[in-house]
Amino acid sequence: MPDDLEKRVIAVIAATQHIPVESITIDSTFEELKIDSLDGINILFAVENEFSISIPDDAAKALRTVRQMVEGIRTLLESAKGDTGAPVAAQ
Amino acid sequence: MGVISALGNNREEFWTALINGRSGIRAMQRVDLKEIRFQNGAEVWGYDPLRYFEAKQASLLDRFAQYGVVAAREAIEDSGLVISSAMKDRMAIVTGSCVGGQATEDEGFVSLYKNNTGRVNPFTIPKIMANGAASRISLEHGITGPTYTVATACSSANHAIGQAFWMIRNGQVEAAITGGSEAVFSFGFLKAWEAMRVISPDTCRPFSKERKGLILGEGGAMLVLETLEAAQARGARIYAELAGFGMSSDAHHVTQPSSDGAARAIACALNDGGLRPEQIGYINAHGTATPANDATETLAIRTALGPQADRVAVSSTKSMHGHALGAAGAIEAVATALALHRGILPPTANYTTPDPACDLDVIPNAARALQVECALSNSFAFGGLNAVLAFRSLG
Repeated sequence: MPDDLEKRVIAVIAATQHIPVESITIDSTFEELKIDSLDGINILFAVENEFSISIPDDAAKALRTVRQMVEGIRTLLESAKGDTGAPVAAQ
Repeated sequence: MGVISALGNNREEFWTALINGRSGIRAMQRVDLKEIRFQNGAEVWGYDPLRYFEAKQASLLDRFAQYGVVAAREAIEDSGLVISSAMKDRMAIVTGSCVGGQATEDEGFVSLYKNNTGRVNPFTIPKIMANGAASRISLEHGITGPTYTVATACSSANHAIGQAFWMIRNGQVEAAITGGSEAVFSFGFLKAWEAMRVISPDTCRPFSKERKGLILGEGGAMLVLETLEAAQARGARIYAELAGFGMSSDAHHVTQPSSDGAARAIACALNDGGLRPEQIGYINAHGTATPANDATETLAIRTALGPQADRVAVSSTKSMHGHALGAAGAIEAVATALALHRGILPPTANYTTPDPACDLDVIPNAARALQVECALSNSFAFGGLNAVLAFRSLG
């Protein structure tokens, strides 16, 4: 069963791309979802807003799948919990 | 010709920096770096409006317009052209700008939405208008012919110069002041670039394997154009002949460039100037240092020039003056014309490791003494709009 984080990320992608939630799975690649570079930065923007995080450019460039995005966000959120004060970032 | 940029406030400072491969890219000074993911830009360092304008005049001109006016003054003085009452109606002014007075608009938004003042500066409208530079140049020099501004993002200045060139060639006007100006360093606009994720975290490394994106620049550059016969008749110093202009649209994607569209613009410029690829010895590339542009531009040059692509020298001077958007083509036109006039090709600075996808002779890091017959200057814009100028040496 998908966890809450996974559901929220998929919902953000669906809303941003104007596609049904059901068309996205944790194993979908951005290529399969027809997400190009411009769509990609729009999704990053939406995800940053949704989770109040900041995703560095280098980390963003490496993302190719929904799973990578979910795991990246999970890491960012966990590091934020352990280190409140500092800006959230991960490589 | 006149130019103000991160490489200095006039043509000679610009040229000295270019041929020494000296970059004007540094930590940005006019914005709070804590609030932005990238740190470096190519600002016009140490610019003081009051050195060029009376306080009242400066308050009516956004910085982008000031840069255009400053460059036009230098260009007109350098040209020695006398703008007589008979001449003034027969001269055009065509300028390029991508975002006009956006910094003024940004200040207004801060006043309204952050400081809750409920009012903005009453000069906001005349300062925002993208024709601010063109209008002020007209007023200051009494030029009353066709005067307008072209906005095609990063190709704006090349489109402007091409239009002015064609107006002269078609006999609509006798001379023109043309180029572009831009001032990008406002907080709101920089945040928009940050969100695009195309800005380099360090510096601008066109055609290098390690390139990580562009570095924003600002400034203005203007050229005085007239017919070759008129310039020769009055004994003017002629930097180069503007021989051809070509433009095209990719009809492909709003931000991803297409090599086909760029190659067609290059071919159109050659055709317009009656030039063969073998005559082209230098290209001032668009060369933004984004992963996509430089590889696509390499392919476009190969498509358009064929075997000559292996002989032509190519450099991106954006590695030194940054990407000045709507002014870029004008700054690079000045660099290209000076390269033809002085027989020295400016380098691609900050070059590190060759990229197989950018396998051209990119004049890495050191200028090259070489007199070439003809040169191209490329501009390719977001929105897929391409504009290429072709110059011929008279040396």
